[in-house]
Amino acid sequence: MPTASAGLTITVNGDSLSVAAGTTALEVVESLGLAGRPIAVEVNEAVVPRARLAGCRLEDGARLEIVTLVGGG
Amino acid sequence: MTPPAAAPAAPNTPVAPLDAPLRVGGLSLQSRLVVGTGKYASYAEMARCLAASGTDCVTVAVRRERLVNAAGENILDHLDATRYTILPNTAGCFTAADAVRVARLGRELLRDLGNPGSEWVKLEVLGDTKTLLPDPVGTLAATEQLVADGFAVLVYSSDDPIVARRLKDLGAASVMPAGSPIGSGQGILNANNLRICLEYLKDGDAEYPVIVDAGVGTASDVAAAMELGVDGVLLNTAIAHAADPLRMAVAMKAACEAGRQAFLAGRIPKKLYATASSPLEGTITAPGRAT
Repeated sequence: MPTASAGLTITVNGDSLSVAAGTTALEVVESLGLAGRPIAVEVNEAVVPRARLAGCRLEDGARLEIVTLVGGG
Repeated sequence: MTPPAAAPAAPNTPVAPLDAPLRVGGLSLQSRLVVGTGKYASYAEMARCLAASGTDCVTVAVRRERLVNAAGENILDHLDATRYTILPNTAGCFTAADAVRVARLGRELLRDLGNPGSEWVKLEVLGDTKTLLPDPVGTLAATEQLVADGFAVLVYSSDDPIVARRLKDLGAASVMPAGSPIGSGQGILNANNLRICLEYLKDGDAEYPVIVDAGVGTASDVAAAMELGVDGVLLNTAIAHAADPLRMAVAMKAACEAGRQAFLAGRIPKKLYATASSPLEGTITAPGRAT
């Protein structure tokens, strides 16, 4: 039976993702290849400003939303 | 030898009447058209149409980034953030809570760009997917929260004058009544409600910006709205889905300017019977024919 400390299960834009314990929001953004993109990030329904992504350590069950701008009226 | 006298100004040189810029949310806009960026066949076509429309304020939506194959084009590659004030919307939100979240994400995105629209939001809290009409209760709740959060809130509303007044009382930077349902192309369905909205919202506050948002089908709809005295018109589908979007963008620019100038000029009252434009005196009339 896996131990709880082995890793984290988080949700990114509705999809489940397994990451190592201690992973930060910035590391998730980088691992998805989105580092240089025009995005905004929300963790558990609160915006995390770009400058604070590196210090945002994720907990098990964290829900991330990574959004960008698209055409709209 | 005396120098030639300065040539007199040509008597038929048109003098462009001055108009003030549209002031909304702490910014001044030279164009009174706000144009959406959705539904164009391509970003390149969108960029051409925006330029042709003369707008300096465009709306955008906030959506999940693609997590796979996100390397494609982004709309920001085609929108000059130094030229346009980018107004993020909360389209697709059906609760006040979701709209507040999306507004905050939009602010974060635009702050990164240094765009003045970062403190703005075009608030939409929708009632259902069939009509896309605003949910007035959720719209009022979200307006209150976003104003408290420091946003300049430009609110998509129905043309209900009582709701419009309540939104203004809550601190909305602009109330934006729909002419008709979003994307329907039906134009201004209830000009009388819009007149009452204008009367209530501008009572003792003539500069308060009222923008018609949604329903425009063609250029005359824009002119008709502007002739009522609204301060601007927000549209998207009418350009993006026209058979020739670029030409329609040109038409919308002209219609907006024409409607605005007609409003400022003051139209003549409508009368049932004719009034001759030529003098009645001195006409050549056979005896017994004048009646």
